[in-house]
Amino acid sequence: MTQPFRIPAGGRIDRDRPVRFTFDGAAFQGFAGDTLASALLANDVHLVGRSFKYHRPRGILSAGSEEPNALVTVDRGAGRVTPNLRATQIELYEGLTARSQNRFPSLRFDLGALAEVAAPLLSAGFYYKSFMWPRSFWKRVYEPAIRRSAGLGRAPVEADPDRYLHQYVHCDVLIVGGGAAGLAAALGASATGARVILCDEQAELGGSLLSEPDVTIDGWPAPDWVREVLVTLGGSVTLLPRTTAFGWYPGNMIGLVERVTDHLAEPAAKLPRERLWQVRAGRVVLAAGAIERPLVFPGNDRPGVMLAGAARTYLHRYGVKVGRRAVIATADDSAYRVAADLYAAGVAIAGVVDQRAAPDSEAIEAVRALGIPIHAGMTIGSTEGRSRVHSVKLANGTDIIPCDTVLMSGGWTPSVHLFSQSRGQLVFDAASGTYLPSEGAIGACAGVFDLATCLRDGTAAGGSEPRSFAVAGVPVMASAGPPVAAAPNRRAFVDFQNDVTAKDLATATTEGFVSIEHVKRYTTTGMATDQGKTSNLNALTDVAALTRQGVEAVGLTTFRPPYTPVTFGAFAGPFRGKLFAPVRLPPIVAAGAVLEDVGSWKRARCFPRDGETIDAAVARECLAVRNDVGMLDASTLGKIEVAGPDAASFLSRIYTGDFASLAPGRCRYAVLLGEDGFIRDDGIVARLAVDRFHVTTTTGGAAFVLHHMEDYLQTEFTGLRVWLTSVTEQWAVIAVQGPRAPEVLAPFIPDIDLGAMPHMSVREGHIDNSAIRLFRVSFTGEAGFEVNLPSVQAQRMWDTLRERDVTPYGTDAMHILRAEKGYLIVGQETDGTVTPDDVGLGWTIGGPDFVGKRSLSLPDLKRTDRKQLVGLLPANPAVVLEEGAQVTASSTSSLGLARRSPQTPGFAAIPGASSEDDAGGNARSHEEKEVVGRAFAIGHVTSSYRSPTLGRGFALALVAGGRAQIGSKLLVPMPGGSIEVTVTEPLFHDKTGERLRVRPVPRPAAEPLLPAEVQSAPVARPSGSVRLAALAPTTRLSVRAGSSAATAIGLAIGVLLPTVPCRSVISRDRAALWLGPDEWLIVAPETASDLAVQARKAVGDHPASIVDVSHGSQTLEITGHRAAWCVNAFCALDLDVRAFPVGMCTRTLLGKAEVVLWRIAAEVFHLHVPRSFVPYVWACLEEARLEFTDAEVV
Amino acid sequence: MLLIPCPWCGPRPESEFRYGGQAHVVRPPDPSAVDDAAWGAYLYLRDNPKGRHAERWRHLHGCGRFFNCVRDTVSDRIVASYKPGEAPPS
Ligand SMILES: [Zn+2]
Repeated sequence: MTQPFRIPAGGRIDRDRPVRFTFDGAAFQGFAGDTLASALLANDVHLVGRSFKYHRPRGILSAGSEEPNALVTVDRGAGRVTPNLRATQIELYEGLTARSQNRFPSLRFDLGALAEVAAPLLSAGFYYKSFMWPRSFWKRVYEPAIRRSAGLGRAPVEADPDRYLHQYVHCDVLIVGGGAAGLAAALGASATGARVILCDEQAELGGSLLSEPDVTIDGWPAPDWVREVLVTLGGSVTLLPRTTAFGWYPGNMIGLVERVTDHLAEPAAKLPRERLWQVRAGRVVLAAGAIERPLVFPGNDRPGVMLAGAARTYLHRYGVKVGRRAVIATADDSAYRVAADLYAAGVAIAGVVDQRAAPDSEAIEAVRALGIPIHAGMTIGSTEGRSRVHSVKLANGTDIIPCDTVLMSGGWTPSVHLFSQSRGQLVFDAASGTYLPSEGAIGACAGVFDLATCLRDGTAAGGSEPRSFAVAGVPVMASAGPPVAAAPNRRAFVDFQNDVTAKDLATATTEGFVSIEHVKRYTTTGMATDQGKTSNLNALTDVAALTRQGVEAVGLTTFRPPYTPVTFGAFAGPFRGKLFAPVRLPPIVAAGAVLEDVGSWKRARCFPRDGETIDAAVARECLAVRNDVGMLDASTLGKIEVAGPDAASFLSRIYTGDFASLAPGRCRYAVLLGEDGFIRDDGIVARLAVDRFHVTTTTGGAAFVLHHMEDYLQTEFTGLRVWLTSVTEQWAVIAVQGPRAPEVLAPFIPDIDLGAMPHMSVREGHIDNSAIRLFRVSFTGEAGFEVNLPSVQAQRMWDTLRERDVTPYGTDAMHILRAEKGYLIVGQETDGTVTPDDVGLGWTIGGPDFVGKRSLSLPDLKRTDRKQLVGLLPANPAVVLEEGAQVTASSTSSLGLARRSPQTPGFAAIPGASSEDDAGGNARSHEEKEVVGRAFAIGHVTSSYRSPTLGRGFALALVAGGRAQIGSKLLVPMPGGSIEVTVTEPLFHDKTGERLRVRPVPRPAAEPLLPAEVQSAPVARPSGSVRLAALAPTTRLSVRAGSSAATAIGLAIGVLLPTVPCRSVISRDRAALWLGPDEWLIVAPETASDLAVQARKAVGDHPASIVDVSHGSQTLEITGHRAAWCVNAFCALDLDVRAFPVGMCTRTLLGKAEVVLWRIAAEVFHLHVPRSFVPYVWACLEEARLEFTDAEVV
Repeated sequence: MLLIPCPWCGPRPESEFRYGGQAHVVRPPDPSAVDDAAWGAYLYLRDNPKGRHAERWRHLHGCGRFFNCVRDTVSDRIVASYKPGEAPPS
């Protein structure tokens, strides 16, 4: 018979919509509106799982998220297998496939149940006691075996194909819990006009009211009252069913996880499976309700033993009888109402076992009147039955009552988990024996069980005048006395999910664990995935009794997020795959390149021709630079424009050089130190004008250097009139290097005499009418130039030069070429402990004071035996040393040394010392261990290559006292034997610098670049209610100025610069956006290209910095009713139009990219996105927008 | 995630900020006049109080300004924020 335990009428299920599902392969039927648990119970399935440790048969204990036993795996296909879901929370859908867990070969015949025979051996702390020897078994034998036999479901190994989204949301009031108190709070809060969010973990809002058809509120049956209230709230309150508030983080940031599609048989592809809401709440109202406590008696875990309130929920909400003949065990009055209701539904009540000596109330009399035997002052001694309870024996040892169901009611524990996470003060309430929140909670969560009071308190907590509701009837949830400690029996379970018994708690206290935190960890009570929702207070009570102190003195353990388990998918959200991290592409798409990751950039490593190996390509590229001409895309170099009358003075304090003496038009190599004297970055400082510098940084150091400079500028050297503007994305850089460099470049740069430029100089000129900055610098040792040109022009220049047979070279060749000249790479030759002198850059030091200078005179930084940069030439020219290899002075082998010896010279490793890992079976030989004690590492290889120019291997290394050892022989020990090397100066090519000179070049006729290819803008998915577009290029200026200069600039360019933070001024076709107290972004049509000139003219003698950054970013526009919502999927700002009004603008983060966000109209945002981040930001917004596109079009 | 009050932009999410260490550690105006021990202390010695701690933050992904906060290291609550050069609230 189908659903034999479904009663003929009643409940909130839809009997017109039968739903088929399988459990462990067997087919069943339930109804829409069922949970898996209610549908299984309707089909008389009580045995649903095996316990964690003893593999005991377990049934369904509860009807909510506190369920410790009924954990199942739901299988939705490959990659969509979710273990450890609570059957009480899984909504039934057509075709649901669920499996039980932790059993082999089947649920009914589980070999693991043999563990129970050994139960006396598996008591508290048995892991610690049983698996101590031998130590080598820990990782390889014990842990895998324990993990196999214990534990819950198995995680799938396939990638999760579902989508997950994040959403940042702000509200005035967040109400957690949609029961009576929560709904009343929502009514109260929405009446004030506040922004209100109401969330509840259940599929339906209403909480316990949904199970109270006989209670009326203002004349409405409670479930109908809920319906009416939801209609009222619908327009003004964000209602979130299926949404668990799982964590309370600093700053009232509450994490909610919304299960969007798990209840749907065929979810639309555009919907995320789950959405993680990060809610910044002005106020949180906790209406999380209370959880019924089990009673702790022997055999209280047998299938058929259930919480009394759950049985009533199954009856009234799902129309399911949980058995034919029930015994009720109780410590309070509420169980009597359960008894009466079940009796009325046709369930035989075999007796009520009340642990109170003389219970007395109306409810009890009503039950007595039905002829139900009441055993007062009595508890259950044991239960019998294999996979289902068939009788109970009372504690008096004589009465045996046959039954198929035991319903427990031990009182109600307020759900204080979130409050505890918020570091709120929990107060012990002696009357109920529970802990209550000191503030911010209402209803059962605050220990208030009277419905009328809950409703009245709720409206007040929402922020309105307290409102009274007419309540008739008595709901089941009721206050009860404190829990009573249980006898230490090893079948009396306190924590069901982790199989912790009353005996285990007694063992722990006997063995000296008296702090509840220690008892918790020793016995694992409360440490399962349910975090002890049903067990904590019982455990606490037991421990209090065992240690002869009050529950209050024992104290409560801390609750931590998440309240219920949250999927990894929800936490990862959209930040996986292509959105895991931004991938920045340089402005040049170099055809045929092999790419490599450099920081977040993709750079061309080399350009192999057809059939060419990478090594061969790199060698060819090196030789092209040495003998002909090559070009490198160096656009990823950081670039900072430093402007203002004190620019030279500022740079002299930041870099090692003195830049007062640097003439305009000249460049200088410079090193940037931390205050500790160690190298942090290096670059070229170029003086464009008396008050304007162009500074380059390393690719990886760009963000750090700007931050470091701003730090000193804003907080130490505060009197200086100078501003810093990042122009990394504005300028593309093509390094054209090699003897033919001047002649291939000259035709395209008619206004600069290339032959007249000395080494280390800079000129401003034009290519094809675009302003360029031409650097005469070399990172290769050959004569060459670095062409800085607007990033939009870079591709044309590159393609044009490629047509002129300029050989493109990549980062591999660049590394070899610079190493042949001994040019260091920060982070390769340096590691944060290297001074300028260590790497032969003492000559860069000058000026009175700069960051780090003082530290250079500390004794340790002046030692002559510090590691110094030298060259190494292997005796065998065919050998290429390994980067990172150790350098030693004596004959030795070295595996251990390479791994373990501190790098300080003179430190001898201790003979015979070995780490724990080694003892665990490392296969290293005895001999190798022996030599560790004798070897001294005096340095390490920092760079090593095969040089096509030299025709041999060579290396750079840091060697203690290295400069004094030039000419001597050292060893580089490797597993196959030591390699002999000769120490040289770190310079292998053109030692006189002869090749850096440029011969005069004839001034050729000007030639044009190749015509520009039409750039294809990213194409947005069409239609939908949110539109995304890439806007046409605009003129952008970064303006930094004091107030008088700002006024002058505003007048000159026709738009006043706003002084109110984060606001913009629009005037005709141009706008000024406030980005900082002395910083504005000017946006104007592309045709207004002379804006910078006008602005510079206007400032006159006032110090200011005006930098054209037109090409550094692109504008994206997102439009539509849900535009703000989509931006908020990746941006944490409050974008409500009241908080972020039209005209507001700011820098912020969108995902992991910094953008300028500007609200043009209520439903229109502009995002100024740095050029290389556009694909990432675009993809983020597309991901957020997908839900709002038309399904057919997607 | 902390909500940090930028003196210019108002309260903003922590992700927009970068921590800058203890506040009011002044770089000696003439480092060459400072002995090694004092310089070492300037470089490396910082307070680690339980309770109120004045510290620097930069609104990196916002207005770019450095400013100071007083944060209670026990409650993780920010008690005050103020512009550089201003005295910490007592
Ligand atoms: Zn700010």
